[in-house]
Amino acid sequence: MNELIYPIKSGRIKRRRRFLTVTTILAVLAFALSCTMLMLGNTIYPVRDVIGVLMGEEVSGASFAVGTIRLPRMIAGAFAGFAFGVAGHVFQTMLRNPLANPNVIGITAGSSAAAVFSIIVLQASSTFVSVSSIIGGLVTVLVIFTLSKSTSFSIGRLILVGIGIQAMLNAVVSYLLLIGQENDIPTAMRWLTGSLNGATTEGLYPLIVTVLIFSPIILALGRRLDMLELGEQAATSLGINTSQTRFLLVVSSVMIIALATAATGPIAFIAFLSGPIAKRLVGAGFSGTIPAGLVGIILVLASDLIGQFAFTARYPVGVITGILGAPYLIYLLIRMNQKGDL
Amino acid sequence: MKQTHTFRADSLIAGYDETPILHNIDVTIPSNEISIIIGANGCGKSTLLKTMARLIKPTAGEVTIGGTPIQKIPPKKLARVLGLLPQTPIVPEGITVTDLVGRGRFPHQSFMKGWSQKDYEAVSDAMDMMNITEFADRHIDELSGGQRQRVWIAMALAQQTDILFLDEPTTYLDITYQVEILDLLTDLNRKHGTTIVMVLHDINLSARYADHIFALRKGKLIAEGDPSSIITSPLIEEIFGLKCSVMKDPISGSPFVVPIGRHHNKIRKHS
Repeated sequence: MNELIYPIKSGRIKRRRRFLTVTTILAVLAFALSCTMLMLGNTIYPVRDVIGVLMGEEVSGASFAVGTIRLPRMIAGAFAGFAFGVAGHVFQTMLRNPLANPNVIGITAGSSAAAVFSIIVLQASSTFVSVSSIIGGLVTVLVIFTLSKSTSFSIGRLILVGIGIQAMLNAVVSYLLLIGQENDIPTAMRWLTGSLNGATTEGLYPLIVTVLIFSPIILALGRRLDMLELGEQAATSLGINTSQTRFLLVVSSVMIIALATAATGPIAFIAFLSGPIAKRLVGAGFSGTIPAGLVGIILVLASDLIGQFAFTARYPVGVITGILGAPYLIYLLIRMNQKGDL
Repeated sequence: MKQTHTFRADSLIAGYDETPILHNIDVTIPSNEISIIIGANGCGKSTLLKTMARLIKPTAGEVTIGGTPIQKIPPKKLARVLGLLPQTPIVPEGITVTDLVGRGRFPHQSFMKGWSQKDYEAVSDAMDMMNITEFADRHIDELSGGQRQRVWIAMALAQQTDILFLDEPTTYLDITYQVEILDLLTDLNRKHGTTIVMVLHDINLSARYADHIFALRKGKLIAEGDPSSIITSPLIEEIFGLKCSVMKDPISGSPFVVPIGRHHNKIRKHS
C-alpha cells in the first residue's frame, strides 16, 4: 500500500511547501512595506529612529512625522488592505466567480454611500459613520441577493444586478459630495476612490477591533469555504451546513470591509485583485484566505508609496489601484466572455 | 465490510418551492446492495435521491437512518455514513486530482488540522480503486470526461461512507466509460459492501447492474424489486409510455428492453 501512498503524499507535501514558502514571502514583503511606509516621507528617517518612536521614545521631528502621520497611515493601509483582500477572496470563492467581489458587486459602494450620507446629511459622529457603513454594506448584500433570486438563483444575474447597484450608489455618493458644502476635493476623492490621507490613530480603532474579531472567524471557516466552492450539493453531502456557513462568512466579510471603507474609502479593486493574485502564487490546494489578505496589504501599501513618491504630484492610493485593476477587469471580462462563463 | 443500516423514507412528499414532485413515497433502501431508480424525465428520480440525501427538505414525511430522522443527525456525522455525488459538481479552478479527492475527507478531519495518515490512506485507496493514481498531480481541467468522473467518484469514496448516492454518474459519457464506471461501482459494492443508490437513464444497463430497481412514475413508486422479476413490457409502457419488447440480455441474462417505434414495429425472425 505504501508505494501507492508515496507519490500522492510527496506531491501534496511539495504543494504544501510551496504554499508555506510563498505565504511567508508575502508576509515578509508586507512587513517590509509597512516599515518603508514609516521611514519614507518628506524626511527619510533611519530604522533606528522609527523603532525609537514605536517604542515610545521622543525623537525630535521623527516623533510627530512617524508617530502621528505615517503610523496611522500605514495601519489604515495594512488593515484595510487585509480586510479587502480577505473579504474579496471569500466572495469570489463562495460565488465561484472572480467578478463576484465586494468592489464589483457594489458592497463597498453601499458602505461608502451610507458613510457619506451620515457625514454630509446627518453630520454624524465617527462611531455612527462606522455603524452606518456596516448597515449600508449589509443592506446592499441583501438587496443584491434578493434581486438576483427571482425564479432561481444565478451568479451571473447577481453580478449584473450588483454592477447596476454599484453604479447607482456611486451616483448617490457623487451627488452627496456635490451638495455637501465644506467638502473639498481631497475628501471627495477619498469617498470615490479611497485614500489613506488624514488617517488618525483614534479613528482607526473601530477598524482594528473589527478586523481582529472577524478575521479569525473567516480563517476558521477556511476549509468550509473551500467545500462551498464545490457547489451547494457537494458541500451539503460533505457535511457542511451551507446556509449557516454562508451567513457567517458574508456577515463577517461585510463587517470588515464596511469598517475598512469607513476608514479609507473604497480603495478601488483591492477586493477584486487580491484573491486571484494570491491563488496564482500559492496554488489551489490550500485555503487562500491568509495569502489573499497579505496580497491586499502589499497592494495597498505599495500603491500608496507609488502614489506618494513616484510622481511629482501626490495621488491617493485608490487612483493607483484603479490603474492596476482596470486592465485586469477588462482582461477577465474578455476571457470569461470567450469561455462563456459570464 | 461496510455497516448495515435501515435507511428508509416514509410518506415522503417533496419538491421545489411549492410544487410537490414526490407524492407520498415509501421506500426502504436494501442495505449493502446496488439500487437503481428508473423513470421518465421529470418523474422525480433525482428529487427522491436528493431528498433522501438531505439536499432537499421534505414538505411532509421523513427520511430515517436506523430510526433517527436525518435532519436530527449532525451534518458532519451524517456525512460519514451517507455520501452523494451530484450530477454536476463544480471543479474549483487549478485544483489537482489529489487535492480534490482529499476534499472527500472533510467529514473525517478535525478543526484546522492537516492530513493524517488515515486521510492519505483513504485518498490513495480511493484513487487506486478508480485507477487515477497516475493523474495524482495533474490538474482536473486536463482530464477527459471519463477520467474526471472517476476523480469525482474517488472523492466520494474517500469520504468512506457506508451508503453512496450517485445522481446520473454516467451522463455525458461514452458507452465505454459508462460500462467502466458501472463496473467500478459494482467492484466497490462487492468488495466493501457499500450500499449504492443511483439514478440512471439507460434502462438496460440499469437492469444489468441493479440488485434492486425502484420504478417511479409521476412522483409515485409504481414497482420495485429485482430487475428480472419486475421489468416487463407492461411496466416499461406504464413508466415511459413506450411500446417495447422485453428480451433476455445475451451477456448478463438480465431483462433487455427493445423499443418499438412507428417505423420499426414488427418482431423479425432471424433468417
